[in-house]
Amino acid sequence: MAAKPRIKVPKKASAGDIITIKTLISHKMESGQRKDKEGKVIPRKIINKFSCEFNGSSVFSCDIDPAISANPYFEFRAKVNEAGTFKFTWVDDDGSVIEAEKEIAIS
Amino acid sequence: MNYSYKLAALLSGVLTTAVLVAAPVEETLTVDEVDMISRAASAEGHPLPEVISGWHYRTDSTRALQTDSFENGGMLGVELGEEIWNTVEGTEGKSCASCHDDAAVSMASVGALFPKWHEESGKPINVELQINDCRVNNMGAEAYKFDKGGQKPLTAFVKHQSHGQPVTVDLTEGDMQQWWEQGKELYYRRTGQLNLSCASCHEKNNGKYIRADHLSQGNVNGFPTYRLKQGNLISLHNRFRGCIRDTRAEYPAAFSDDLMALEVYTTWRSQGLSVETPAVRQ
Amino acid sequence: MNLTRRKFLTVSTSAAVATFFGGSRAFATVDEINKAISDFTGGGEPESGVLALKTPEIAENGNSVPVSVTVESPMTDDDYVESVMILAEDNPNPEVATFHFSPASGEAKASTRMRLAKTQNVVAVAKMSNGKFYKASNNVKVTIGGCGG
Repeated sequence: MAAKPRIKVPKKASAGDIITIKTLISHKMESGQRKDKEGKVIPRKIINKFSCEFNGSSVFSCDIDPAISANPYFEFRAKVNEAGTFKFTWVDDDGSVIEAEKEIAIS
Repeated sequence: MNYSYKLAALLSGVLTTAVLVAAPVEETLTVDEVDMISRAASAEGHPLPEVISGWHYRTDSTRALQTDSFENGGMLGVELGEEIWNTVEGTEGKSCASCHDDAAVSMASVGALFPKWHEESGKPINVELQINDCRVNNMGAEAYKFDKGGQKPLTAFVKHQSHGQPVTVDLTEGDMQQWWEQGKELYYRRTGQLNLSCASCHEKNNGKYIRADHLSQGNVNGFPTYRLKQGNLISLHNRFRGCIRDTRAEYPAAFSDDLMALEVYTTWRSQGLSVETPAVRQ
Repeated sequence: MNLTRRKFLTVSTSAAVATFFGGSRAFATVDEINKAISDFTGGGEPESGVLALKTPEIAENGNSVPVSVTVESPMTDDDYVESVMILAEDNPNPEVATFHFSPASGEAKASTRMRLAKTQNVVAVAKMSNGKFYKASNNVKVTIGGCGG
C-alpha cells in the first residue's frame, strides 16, 4: 500500500484566471550516491519526470535529477480559460507511471 | 565575540553570532488557519517556567512546512494511515473502521490522552501498542513490529485526529505515578561516552546551539514527526533511541519498560501543548 | 556540573553528518557547471535581470531546501519562458531540475525542494522563446546539525 499523490487545484475559477497548483508525491528519491551497510552503492531510483496537462495540452513539466528531495513537491501556475481536466503524471526510473486527474469548473 | 562563538562559526562555516543567540521565535503556530497551543504554562512541579513547542526553534522554511498542511510531507503518512484504517486485515475480517467507524469521531481526542494506564498488562500503553493490541485481540492480525508495516502511518493518523488538542496525561490511573518516577530518573541520568542526560540538552541548554542545531525543550507533542533528515515520519521511540545513541550509549529496545517510562515522563513535560502530529522538524 | 556552550560544541563536533548524498563525495567542477549551462543555452551568454531566484539564506537541513523561480514574461504564444534550469554548484552532480513552461502556464513561476550537500551557490538559467537567456544565483548556507544531523 502506498500513499496517493496529493494535489491541490481550486474547484473553480473564472475564465482567464491564473491559478496555483501544488503537488506532493510519496517517493524516497534514492539518489544513487548512498551506500548500504556493506558499502555497496544503493542503486538510483527516482521520479525523473513530472508533467501537468490541461485538456490535453502541456501546462508545466519538470525534468528531475537526484538532487530533488524525497517526496517531490511542485508548485506552479496555470491559466484557465475553460472548464476541464488537469492530468498529472510522474515517471519513475523503473518505468512505472503514476497518474492522477483533477477537474476544474468555470464560475 | 567569545571563543565558543568563533568555534561554532568555524565548525559550521556559515553562522553568524546573531543566529547563535537566537531565542525561540515569537510567532504563533497556526496550521491551516487553526491556532495551536505552542506555548503553555507548565504543569505543577515542571522544572521549566514555560512549555514551548519545538516548532519555535526551527528556521522560517522548516516552520512554514508545518503551517500549510498540504506541504507537510507527514500528511502523506497520515493519508496512508487513513487507508490502513479502512483496510480489512486478519482472521476476523475486520478493519479498524469495522469497530471504530469514523476516526474523526471515535478517535477525536484519543491521541491527546496517551500514554495511559493499561490494566491487563499492568503497564502504560501508547498508541502504537494499543493498535497492536487491537490487531492481535480483535482483528486476528499480527502485531506490527517496531516502525514496520502500518505502525507509523496508522499512529500518525490516529494522533492527527487530536490535532490542536492539548496533550494530557493522567497519572492517577494504576501505577502511572511510579512509571513517571522511573521516567524522571532516566531523564536526568547521564549516559554514554559523552555523559549526557536528556536534561543536559533539553532542560539546561534549550535555546542554545549544539553545533548548528537550535536545541528545543524536547517536547513530544508532534510525534510521529516528519523529519527532513529522513524525509519520513519518525516515531517517538526511534527519536529516543537516536538521542541515546548520540550520547554514545547502548539504547534500550523500543517499547521496553525504560522507554515507556520515558514516554510517560516526557509526555507529562509536554502537557498543555497542542498535539501537532505530524510536526515538521529538521 | 555546569555544561558550558564550549563543552557542548566540543563534544558535538564528531557527530556524524548524514545526507542523502552519502559518504564519499566528489563534487561538481567548474567545467561541469559551465558545460551544463552552455548545453542549455547552446553557447548563448545569459544576461541578468527578469529571472528571480528565491532560496533561504540558511537551510537547517540540506535534504530539503525550498527553491522558487519567477521569470517576468507576458507568457503569450509569441513571447514566453520555455524553461528554467536549476543547478547546485557544489553537489556531486550539479543538475537539480529543469522546469518547462508554456503560454498555458500563465505565469513562469514554480517551486520545488532540493538537496544541497553543503553550503554553496544555487544557479538558475532561464531560456526565453525569443532566444534570450537570463541567469541568477544565490548562496545557501547549509548548516551542520548537532545530534539532529
